[in-house]
Amino acid sequence: MFAFASRKEDGRMTDAAVKTVDSDQWSVARKTGVRGQGSGIGARVALVALSLAILALAPRKLSAQDCLTCHGDASMTDSNGHSIAVDGKKFGDSIHGSLQCTNCHADIKGYPHPDKIAPVDCKTCHADQADQLKSSVHSDSKDHPCTSCHGNAHEIFPKTDARSAVYPLNVPKTCGQCHGNNGMAGKHGLPSIYPNYIDSIHGFALSKEGLLVAANCQSCHGSHSILSHNNPKSPTYKSNVPQTCGNCHAKINADYQAGVHGQAIAKGDLKAPVCSDCHTAHAILQPTESEFRMQSTPICGNCHKEKFSTYRDTFHSQLGSLGGYVETARCWDCHQAHDVRPASDPSSPINKANLIATCGRCHAGANLSFVQYQPHANARDRKLNPGLYFVRLFMNLLLASVLTFFMIHTILWLIRSRYSQVKNRAANGGKHA
Amino acid sequence: MPELEPAAEKTQSAPKGTYYLRFTRQQRYMHAVLFTTFLGLAATGLPMRFSESFWARKFAAGVGGFGAILFLHKLCAVVLTIAFAIHIKEIVQRGIVNREKGIFWGPTSMIPNWKDVKDMLGHMRWFLGLGSKPQFERYAYWEKFDYWAVFWGMVVIGFSGYAMWFAPFFAHFLPGWALNAVLVIHSEEALLAVLFIFSIHFVNTHLRPDSFPMDMVIFTGVESEHEFKEKRPLEYERNSRKGELKKKVGIAPPLWLINFSKVVGYTAIFIGLLLLVLTLTAYFS
Repeated sequence: MFAFASRKEDGRMTDAAVKTVDSDQWSVARKTGVRGQGSGIGARVALVALSLAILALAPRKLSAQDCLTCHGDASMTDSNGHSIAVDGKKFGDSIHGSLQCTNCHADIKGYPHPDKIAPVDCKTCHADQADQLKSSVHSDSKDHPCTSCHGNAHEIFPKTDARSAVYPLNVPKTCGQCHGNNGMAGKHGLPSIYPNYIDSIHGFALSKEGLLVAANCQSCHGSHSILSHNNPKSPTYKSNVPQTCGNCHAKINADYQAGVHGQAIAKGDLKAPVCSDCHTAHAILQPTESEFRMQSTPICGNCHKEKFSTYRDTFHSQLGSLGGYVETARCWDCHQAHDVRPASDPSSPINKANLIATCGRCHAGANLSFVQYQPHANARDRKLNPGLYFVRLFMNLLLASVLTFFMIHTILWLIRSRYSQVKNRAANGGKHA
Repeated sequence: MPELEPAAEKTQSAPKGTYYLRFTRQQRYMHAVLFTTFLGLAATGLPMRFSESFWARKFAAGVGGFGAILFLHKLCAVVLTIAFAIHIKEIVQRGIVNREKGIFWGPTSMIPNWKDVKDMLGHMRWFLGLGSKPQFERYAYWEKFDYWAVFWGMVVIGFSGYAMWFAPFFAHFLPGWALNAVLVIHSEEALLAVLFIFSIHFVNTHLRPDSFPMDMVIFTGVESEHEFKEKRPLEYERNSRKGELKKKVGIAPPLWLINFSKVVGYTAIFIGLLLLVLTLTAYFS
């Protein structure tokens, strides 16, 4: 699977530690300052002839400089028209710059070399990564799995180098090549992730602020050993999500673990929500923003259906649904977002002893009587809320009876007065009769 | 069938003939304040009541979000409260302090009496062709109902509205569940008011054939002799019997006032009907 097609112009290698270092010849070549780029056919022929002569006289290993004599020509292509040029300067600067071409292109023993050479196998050096990749979701990749992410094989930089395709700030774009609109993932029925991520709070921190610590794709998914979220070993498997997010959001994870949702997950109840259920996985919004507050209340309602239904009857919900106004109480304003605890728990904000403080966060002057207000009262439940039930019944009866009576009254009146108007005009010989 | 055309004297030219005063300037202004604030309250209250309907969010976004809606709602509420207070003061002043006759009883009073019950039953017999049309006094039974519906509505909606506005304060003397109840009361009573005013009041007062397309008397304050005799024969008779008709003679409305009233009135009716349609779509969806 590690077939390195030499025809690929952006054939790449991994960034892991280089095991074999044999740089003498390359260094010498660099010192001489000889570069093959742009040399004319005549010069090239002369150099090849010279090389051949040297080879014939004293067989020895090919140096990078020898290869660049031909491959340094940026316009060089193979018989299929694919570029087989190498930028010697960039290669020299790259993490593999101290290697010889033949360290990777091991089947080339001398010049001339065969037209068809074996694909480079990164595994030779990067065996651990190769093993991780083999068990990952990318194991069946038809493209070269290393260069797809690490970029041009001759221009690979350490991940701490801003030129690297896997430098934190470059990761989303790199993954987005496939996991974006019209990308490879789309063809496999996977959602387009890149636009969601890049507009999220993480994407914003990364792309706009350049925060290296902001979560990028691999912060949550890993790199070589990416697993499906259905795999219990995956950091994105439901019960692993809190820990994954908690790698950065440690305090919130601690709060979450203490709350009912965290404890349910810990017990293996996968119905309980984890971070991504409320915040989404990729399109994560700033939780104090109106948009997040608008979208997240119904998410709690997915499970807490009855509570959501009664919440929607209240003024809190009516105000909140209009948008553009973020202060009205949402689920987590009273219940806490992460450390959710039942009302029976003395440390819960909705415990009776804490209600004045909790309501008082918005309602200055909240008192003992004020907090008797029921944010989830059900006017349709006679046993639970008798007062409210009868008030609603009375109001509905009043509304129905007044409207019904006057509707009939008005319709009959309309018909009758129209009838007598027409009749009178007819009797008077009116012009409209 | 002839076309529904404007009743006789509501014409394009300046009116002629004798005109009688029905509403004082203050009463007309009161009605103007009432319907302006009512439209404002309905336009800002309905989006809150039906906040999940498609038009509510658009409207809220259009006026600057929910904060703006609530501000306008409260503003209209305060103006209407002041108007209501002035009206109460007027009743007390005229009826109790000045001991003016006909405020609390008699044919000119707004208080319902036995005749109203008989009129209503008689009117309905007439609808069905079972009797002759009743003769009405200064305020017919449906007009009194309109008045008391608004009166009761303002007390109920106003009280429940202020209870929500200043909930922690009202909680000092209201039980906890009442804070839940005030929203139900406020929104149901307001819904009744909206449905009643924008359908029944509009038709009974303005759109019925006798007044179609609009009864201008609440805008101009005066009505023609023909209209007076036709609509309130008993009041006309009583005044002419006592020789007080002359006192009621007013100035024929100038053309600009008629046109201005039409613009204002049609606008109000249009907004009202639009809100009615939006309310019904939201209610039944």
